[in-house]
Amino acid sequence: MRILLVEDDQTVRGFVAKGLKEAGHVVDQADNGKDGLFMAVSESFDTIILDRMLPGGIDGLHLLETIRGQHNRTPVLLLSALAQVDERVAGLKAGGDDYLTKPFAFSELLARVEALGRRAKGESGPTTRLVVADLEMDLLSRLVRRGGQKIDLQPREFRLLEYLMRHAGQVVTRTMLLEGVWDYHFDPQTNVIDVHVSRLRQKIDRPFPTALIHTVRNAGYMLRDE
Amino acid sequence: MTSEAPSLLNRILPGGGLRTRSVGGRGRGGDILRSASLRLALVYALVFMLSAVVFMSFIWWATIGLLEREVDAAIDADAHALSERWIEGGLPALADTIQQRLEQDVDDAALYLIVAADGTRVAGNLSGWPREVSRSDIPYQLTVSRDGMRGLAEVKAFALPGGFRLLVGRDVRSRAILKRLLADTLLWAVLMVSGLGLSGAFVVRSLFRRMVRNVARTTAAIAAGDLAQRVPLSGSGDEFDRVAETINDMLDRIARLMDGVRQVSNSIAHDLRTPIARARTRLEDASMHAASRTEMQAAIDRAVADLDGVTAVFEALLRIAEIEAGARRSAFAVVELSTLLDDLAELYSALAEEHGLVLQRLPGRPIRLNGDRQMLQQAVANLLDNAIKFSSPGETVQLSAAAAGGVVRIVVRDQGIGMEPAELARASERFFRAESSRNTPGSGLGLSLVQAVAQLHGGRLELGPVDAGETGSPAAGLQAVLVLPDTPVSPPPRPEAMEPSSSADHTPERTQSLSWVE
Repeated sequence: MRILLVEDDQTVRGFVAKGLKEAGHVVDQADNGKDGLFMAVSESFDTIILDRMLPGGIDGLHLLETIRGQHNRTPVLLLSALAQVDERVAGLKAGGDDYLTKPFAFSELLARVEALGRRAKGESGPTTRLVVADLEMDLLSRLVRRGGQKIDLQPREFRLLEYLMRHAGQVVTRTMLLEGVWDYHFDPQTNVIDVHVSRLRQKIDRPFPTALIHTVRNAGYMLRDE
Repeated sequence: MTSEAPSLLNRILPGGGLRTRSVGGRGRGGDILRSASLRLALVYALVFMLSAVVFMSFIWWATIGLLEREVDAAIDADAHALSERWIEGGLPALADTIQQRLEQDVDDAALYLIVAADGTRVAGNLSGWPREVSRSDIPYQLTVSRDGMRGLAEVKAFALPGGFRLLVGRDVRSRAILKRLLADTLLWAVLMVSGLGLSGAFVVRSLFRRMVRNVARTTAAIAAGDLAQRVPLSGSGDEFDRVAETINDMLDRIARLMDGVRQVSNSIAHDLRTPIARARTRLEDASMHAASRTEMQAAIDRAVADLDGVTAVFEALLRIAEIEAGARRSAFAVVELSTLLDDLAELYSALAEEHGLVLQRLPGRPIRLNGDRQMLQQAVANLLDNAIKFSSPGETVQLSAAAAGGVVRIVVRDQGIGMEPAELARASERFFRAESSRNTPGSGLGLSLVQAVAQLHGGRLELGPVDAGETGSPAAGLQAVLVLPDTPVSPPPRPEAMEPSSSADHTPERTQSLSWVE
C-alpha cells in the first residue's frame, strides 16, 4: 500500500514510517499541513494517516475537509491526542474513516491502516459469501460451515466471525473488535473480547485439525489459512 | 409595691431571663465605636429602659392621676350641691348643709368655709380664708390649719351673691404620702431597671462577642491551615449553636473535599508514578543486564504495558473530568435502555462464565430514556466489571432495570465480598480502593466514572449491601443502583428483536489472559 503520513512530531513520524515500511508499505511523509495537503491532492495514496494538530496554518481537520471537498475518497486515519468523545465525533464528521488516540500501540495503528486500505479496495459490491480455507459463511442464509460441517453460532458470534473473515489475513485488534462488532467505544479494562474469541474458537477451531483463528502477540487476532 | 416592682419588671421585660445564662469571656478592647456588640448592647439597653419608662408612666397615671381626678370631681360635685342649697334656702340653708356634711364626714377630709364680704367666717371647718385663694376658676393646693393641725389640701373658691364666698376642698394629706411613696418606689424601680438593662446589655454583648470571637478564631485557624478546628458549641441548641453547627458542617464538607483532593493527588502520584517507575526500572535493567535479545524484548514489552496502564488512568481521569464538566450533554438522545443492557449482559456473561459466575439479566419491560448512550454503556459496563471482579466462582451477578416513580433504576447485584459501610461512602471517590480490593487489578476510577455519568444524567449512584429478603440468599454482596430520571420520550418506532443471551453449554478453554490494560 502507498501511505501518506502527515505528522509533525518527528519521533512518532519516524517510528510509524519505519514500522509501516517493515510491514511492506510505501510511506510518503509530511511534517506540516501545507505540505501534507499538497501531497494529498497531487498524488494518489491508498491511505492517509493524518495528525489532527499540525503546524503550518492547516490543521488535520482542515486538510481533511479540503480533500473531501475535492471528492477525494482516500481512506483517512486520524491521529490525535484529543481523546474526548466529542473530538472523535468531530473527526469522523469531517470525513475521517477512523480515529486513533495518542499514545497508541503500533500494532493497533497498523491493523487499522491495513483494514482501511483493504476496505477501500474491496468496495466493489456487496458480498454474500465469505470463504477462508474450508470455512464458509453465507451472509444471506446466515449459515456457517467448516469442511462441509454446519456450525451453529449465536448472533453475536456470527458477527464476530464475519468481522474476522472480512479482515482475513489481517491483524484485528481487540479495540477494533469492540468497535466493529459491539459498537462500544470505551475501554472495558478487562479481557471480555478474549473470552468471546475463545468461545468462537471452541466452535470454529476445536473440532478441526487446523486452527484458523490465531492470536497475534501484543496485537490481537488474525483469521488466516495456514 | 416596692418589693413587687422588680419581680414584675422581670416578668414583663426581657432582661431578667438572660441573667440565668452564663456570661462568656470578656472581650479585649478594640474600637468601641465600631463594635457591633456594643451597638447591639446599647440598643438592647435602650429598648429595655424605654419600656420601663412607659410602664412606670402608666403606673403613675393609673394611681396618682386617678386620685387627683377623683378629688377634683368630688369638689365639683360638692360645690354644685351646695349652690343648689343656696338657691333653695339662702345662707342659713347653706350653713346648715355644711354643718351636716361636716358631721357626716367620717374620713374628716372635707373642708368647707363660707365667709362674708368683710371676711368674717359664717360657717365651715376652716379658721379663716386662706390668703392665696383669690380666683374662683382654678383649684389651689395649699397648707391649711384646722383644729390646730396643719395639712395639705386642695380647695376651690366659689363666689356667692351678696359678697359671700364659699370654699370647698379636700384634705389630700394621705394622697401626698402615697404620691411620695410611689415616687420613691418608681425611682428605685428606675434604678433597678437600669441596672438590669445594663447587665442584660452586657450579657447580650458578651454572648455576641463570644459567638463572633469563636467563629472568627475558628475561621482564622482554618485560614492558617489548621482544618481540624471547629466552632465550639454551648450545648444549649440556641441560634448561636445553630450558626456554629452550620459553619462546622461547612468545614466538615470542605475538609472532606480537601481530603478528596489530597487523596487524588496522592493517588495520581502513586498510581502513575508506580507504573512509570516500574517501566523505567525495567528498561534500565534491560539496557544494563539483558543477556539476550529475548530478555530485552520481554522487558520492553512489559514496560510498554506499564505505560499503557498509565495512559488508561489518564484517559479515565480525563473522561471523568469531561463528563463532570457536562460537556457530553450535547450527545443526549433517546436510548433503548433494555437493548443496551441486553447487549452488555451478553458481552459480560461470557466473562462471568469464565470466572465461574452466572450473569443473570433479569427480564423487565422495555425502557427508553433520554441520555448519552456511550456513557451509559460505559457506566453499566464498569458496574458489571466490578461485580464480576469481586465475586467468587459459583456466585450470581444480576443485572436488572425498572422504571417506577419517575426514575429508572439500573441494578447490578452481586454476592461477592461486599463493602464496609465506611468504604461504601467513599467508594465513588477518585482512586478510592477498598482495603479488600487492594490486590485486585483496577485503577479505583470505575465508580467515579459511574458517579459522574449518573450526575450527568441528573441521577445518582447508590451503593449498598444486598437486601437478603429480596434475593433469598445470605446477606452478602454489593448492590449498585444507577438511578436516572425517567425522562419522557416518544413511543418506540419499532419493536426491537431481543437477542437471546449467550448459551451456557460450553466451558471456555483457559485463554491466554491477554488483557490490554492492566
